[in-house]
Amino acid sequence: MTAAGRDAQGTSASLVATFDGKGVGLIATGAWIAERAAELEKIVDDAAGRYQTARSIDIDLARLDRLDTFGAWLIERLNRAFTARGASTRIIGLSENDRGLMDEVRLVNRTAGKDTAAANGILVALDSIGRAVAEIGASLVLLAHLLGALTMVVLGTIAHPARLRLTSLVHHLEKVGWRAVPIVALSTFLIGAIIAQQGIFHFRTFGAEVYVVDMVGILVLREVGVLIVCVMVAGRSGSAYTAELGSMKMREEIDALRTMGFDPVEVLVLPRIVALVIAVPLLTFIGAMAALYGAELVCWLYGGMTPDIFHARLREAISVPTFAVGMIKAPFMALVIGLVACVEGFEVDGSAASLGLKTTSSVVKSIFLVIVLDGFFAMFFAAIGM
Amino acid sequence: MTSNTAVISVRDLTVGFGDAIVLDRATLDVFEGEILGFVGGSGAGKSVLMRTIIGLLPKRNGRIEVFGTDLAAVNADERRAIERRWGVLFQQGALFSSLTALQNVQYPIREYLNLSPRLIEEIALAKLEMVGLDAGVRGKYPSELSGGMVKRVALARALALDPDIVFLDEPTSGLDPIGAAEFDALIRTLQRTLGLSVFMVTHDLDSLHTVCDRIAVLSEGRIIATGPIETMLASEHPWLKSYFRGKRGRLIHH
Repeated sequence: MTAAGRDAQGTSASLVATFDGKGVGLIATGAWIAERAAELEKIVDDAAGRYQTARSIDIDLARLDRLDTFGAWLIERLNRAFTARGASTRIIGLSENDRGLMDEVRLVNRTAGKDTAAANGILVALDSIGRAVAEIGASLVLLAHLLGALTMVVLGTIAHPARLRLTSLVHHLEKVGWRAVPIVALSTFLIGAIIAQQGIFHFRTFGAEVYVVDMVGILVLREVGVLIVCVMVAGRSGSAYTAELGSMKMREEIDALRTMGFDPVEVLVLPRIVALVIAVPLLTFIGAMAALYGAELVCWLYGGMTPDIFHARLREAISVPTFAVGMIKAPFMALVIGLVACVEGFEVDGSAASLGLKTTSSVVKSIFLVIVLDGFFAMFFAAIGM
Repeated sequence: MTSNTAVISVRDLTVGFGDAIVLDRATLDVFEGEILGFVGGSGAGKSVLMRTIIGLLPKRNGRIEVFGTDLAAVNADERRAIERRWGVLFQQGALFSSLTALQNVQYPIREYLNLSPRLIEEIALAKLEMVGLDAGVRGKYPSELSGGMVKRVALARALALDPDIVFLDEPTSGLDPIGAAEFDALIRTLQRTLGLSVFMVTHDLDSLHTVCDRIAVLSEGRIIATGPIETMLASEHPWLKSYFRGKRGRLIHH
């Protein structure tokens, strides 16, 4: 039996039955190996079914060419099928080489696996709903927990400003702020242009094109500017935060930090969230300006409204509070995005799959919470008359 | 049942990264049915040689034959057929983190062989038990397993298809001495019953003494010695002397 000369597919394999007065003899021949396991399984199950009544069975392995774990297990399965019915079996003709393997196989699969009884469909559905609700609750608790830890760290940093990691802060500010400017400006520009075009198209029917400026001005400055920026930031930077912290968690870097006496919230979370809280209002401002510019361009080229008229109308339509509302919301939304991203990052466990899962849920949750927060702000500003 | 047929034969293999030459005309044979222990200082390029043989690293020069076939001259199908006949245990286990222990072992079986789900499960469970794990680990993910258990699941996966050659990269590191001895014994059992050839990168002097038929030593990019443990112990080469007859070597020998 030389490895180089072996036929990779094996030769044939079969189980030949012989009868005498007392019992059945089964003679295994050929190569009982992985490649033949599919047909051997049929042969074995067939034999186990056919000789149900036999009281004494001899399984003769003397004529085997090759045997591997697959074949050995199938012989053992056959053996167990007979012994389970109370028949007496003997395995004979076992070569010295195969004895160790057969002995090994005889010990395995003795404990029955967990019974995966078909579960009740309704119960499974209820179970998953319950788990999902509990998970939402748990993630809110974690958010509150991190917010508390962050507040403590912020207070500590105010008392000892040297504790703020300035290099890290600037690094993150560059990544989430400066590098986000082109894509944020481009997308808000397009949004502004599209809103203006749609407004002109529909307002024209009742001759109210000039009010497009009011609509665009208020919409962009109060709502759309900040929302678009937050969606972009959540997708761009929130996901990056989660992935960074998650892979640090996976590789025990966060544990390493902790054992060295550093607070991960201070070292990792604070610079990231502060960077977001600074960057998002700036991006919101840039975004709002780009959107207004886009709207102005469309009004001019598509609606035939000169920039002078646009500016004059805009000056009448909006006031400082309109602008302030958008800007006030921005840092709070940044905080929500940052908190969600960091909480999800810390929730990553060892597997690559969970990293992907948490990154997705970081983006989804932060966008959802940003919209919810926007709703609360709308009620708040309405109440105070802004 | 060591024969003189070389299942792996490496001739004048040169591997380098940029300007650094890691392997410089290394020559090595692994014979059928033997357990070859492969030793060398940390960073000497032991894993590099292993990874070059299994095709994860490109070679600069030289020739690698597995089962008498030159790996540089095979097409994709032939290569797949050869890869089907070897199993690799990586140093960190390299288990698929999104699959459970049982699914990890089932994976190669499911991909290569068209078997019934029941048989796949039974074989995978058998492999897990053969590497000394109980059925409790079947549903666990790699992140929930200890380092030693990860090694064992990874060995079970490497052995899933009953390969002819097994590459083991520091298999007993991370196992307690009893577990390591069992592991060695298991490798011995499988090697005997299946005519398995084992290429084992190791630092475990116990393994070198108890299971390795031959030992190859890598130093400064070349194989400086091959032979059974007695040859190594008798050698006057300074590196071999300090490795095998240093403080730790003596403790085991006596």
